[in-house]
Amino acid sequence: MNNLLIPNPKEAESIHIIREVAAQFERPVLLFSGGKDSITLVRLAQKAFYPAKIPFPLLHVDTGHNFPETIEFRDKLVDELGLELIVRNVQDSIDQGKVREERGRYSSRNSLQTTTLLDAIEEFKFDACIGGARRDEEKARAKERVFSVRDDFGQWDEKNQRPELFDMLNGKIHVGQNVRCFPISNWTELDVWEYIKTENIEIPSIYFAHEREVFLRDGMIWTANEHVYREEHEEVIVKMVRFRTVGDMTCTAAVLSEAVSLEDVVGEIRESTISERGARIDDKRSEAAMETRKKVGYF
Amino acid sequence: MSENRKLIKIATAGSVDDGKSTLIGRLLFDTKSLTTDKIEAIERSSKQRGYDYLDFSLATDGLVAEREQGITIDVAHIYFNTEKTNFIVADTPGHVEYTRNMVTGASTSQVAIILIDARKGVIEQTYRHFFISNLLRMSHVVVAINKMDLVNYDEEVFLNIKKDFDELVAKSDFSEDQITFIPVSALNGENIARKSEEMPWYIGNSLLDHLEVLEPEDLQESSVARFPVQYVIRPKTEAFHDFRGFSGKLYGGSLKVGDEVTLLPSMNTSSIKSIHFFDRELDEATPGSSITVTLNSEVDLSRGDMLVKSDAVPRSEKQISATICQVNSKGLRVGAKYILQHGVNRVLAKVDQIESKIHTDFSGSEEADQLKLNDIGKVKFRLSKPIHFDSYRENKSNGSFILIEEGEFDTVSVGFID
Repeated sequence: MNNLLIPNPKEAESIHIIREVAAQFERPVLLFSGGKDSITLVRLAQKAFYPAKIPFPLLHVDTGHNFPETIEFRDKLVDELGLELIVRNVQDSIDQGKVREERGRYSSRNSLQTTTLLDAIEEFKFDACIGGARRDEEKARAKERVFSVRDDFGQWDEKNQRPELFDMLNGKIHVGQNVRCFPISNWTELDVWEYIKTENIEIPSIYFAHEREVFLRDGMIWTANEHVYREEHEEVIVKMVRFRTVGDMTCTAAVLSEAVSLEDVVGEIRESTISERGARIDDKRSEAAMETRKKVGYF
Repeated sequence: MSENRKLIKIATAGSVDDGKSTLIGRLLFDTKSLTTDKIEAIERSSKQRGYDYLDFSLATDGLVAEREQGITIDVAHIYFNTEKTNFIVADTPGHVEYTRNMVTGASTSQVAIILIDARKGVIEQTYRHFFISNLLRMSHVVVAINKMDLVNYDEEVFLNIKKDFDELVAKSDFSEDQITFIPVSALNGENIARKSEEMPWYIGNSLLDHLEVLEPEDLQESSVARFPVQYVIRPKTEAFHDFRGFSGKLYGGSLKVGDEVTLLPSMNTSSIKSIHFFDRELDEATPGSSITVTLNSEVDLSRGDMLVKSDAVPRSEKQISATICQVNSKGLRVGAKYILQHGVNRVLAKVDQIESKIHTDFSGSEEADQLKLNDIGKVKFRLSKPIHFDSYRENKSNGSFILIEEGEFDTVSVGFID
């Protein structure tokens, strides 16, 4: 039988982009959060360079408030694939007095990550950071380029972006600038989940339904944990939940779910009437929340 | 992602108030692609603005400046799917000064939707949008005549606009079957995802049904195989000690194990030993595949070089002539030098001659000594090294390039080779 490859167009495009990053830049790095999007990126990078190893390290900016399941998963993945992992801690940036811990009801270390990330970029002289952002996530991201040039301060100038024509990527930059590269720009949340299922990619257990101590606030389900600010009247209850997006504990809400397999999860996403960013507490701060964060160098 | 779903990429074009964002918002709403939190956000914002209807344009106009001005200023990408099809929409702004955005959006799309306000008919902007669709050789153009609700769903209005537009079609390279006219009301959802009962005189498909029946065959490009080398893979491990693979994306045609190939620029020949996609070894790869190939002889081949079948070799020249669209406010002048990026290959290019500036309303051309932002013109270049190309007409991927200026490294032009 003729063994014929009919490409999945989105996968082929992503592999093309990842190879362009490796070819056009001297010191690329893959920003790894332990979430499903960055796990998908790792698989795509494996495919791009097989049978050689992925030719760049992973960088995890650890807020110190990550789900322990994510960290465990990260270490196992890095070990299995023989990847190089760099970890930089938000706690260090706090200890050095570069950023100040937020206080109160909605305090989170999510926006503090930016400083730690920019410091790591400078420390290692990374000229390209590969990220798992998708244009379907959020309105401001819908206008993001595949190669997005940032200045020395990591800032995004949305009115002055390079047009991207056909699949030609212009990664030429000056010393001090860097480029954020988004290989899965054109994927939707459902694309990612269907891909994880088709490829049978392992993901952290918190993406599947499990019992967890939580509390309710503003119609969302928050993790009850020492890192998450909780008022006395906010009662801790145990619920069957899972996470649709995995970030810092302080900004990621859970959803009620019975989905215990990838099949269940894909089914649930297909039927879902709430977007995944609907479970991101950080985006609810204002209509322009994401755009404002991006301008100052947030991923 | 589902491999049996086809992917259709659409660019939308229309003037400021033609209701383009509303049309896209409507497509999202009617295909249930808007989640409740997004619909709630639209309801909130609509109410704040004092509207008594849902303003679907709020779903797509992403940037703060756009929400303030109520217009779209940059290409936004929007995704939705039906049972059978994945859609990507490049929503491109309709302002005169933002023509470059339509070229950009159209370059990654197969289908163009051109919006016309039924009350205004074919206007200068329509000429430009159709001109660009023609220049970029879109597979299909859908002319959506919108705001039919404001002209009492009158067939006469529709037919008159169609007649005017047909005069443009006659001046273009399109054949009639590549153009489809659909009367719609985006605001009310008439002929968007469902057939309108208000316009029984219209016998065609709704917009969504039409987009779904477009066949992927129509959307493919050239049958000639072009394989630009992106990256050379040398694992240097025990198991793959002598492995030397050439990675890239296959444009057009197919590659099979055993194919006789010619390598450019060396003009050396070899044959394909193996084709790899991750841990799979294949006999054959089809267009659009991101693969790795190995060859049966030790050859010199690196990034920017090209592998082609020996029976269909492209042109290799140091002097090229192309249609240029200026996508940056820095103008293009005779004598200026640029980095020319053709696929993944970069050479230096010098502008030899600006032959003409082309009127984007199909009315011919004029002499010009420079091309400014949004100008389209015929330009001759001299290159530091030959590139291996086809005309854009024959092969879109291998017939296009971008120009990068050497100061800020901005992408300033896109070229379509004659």
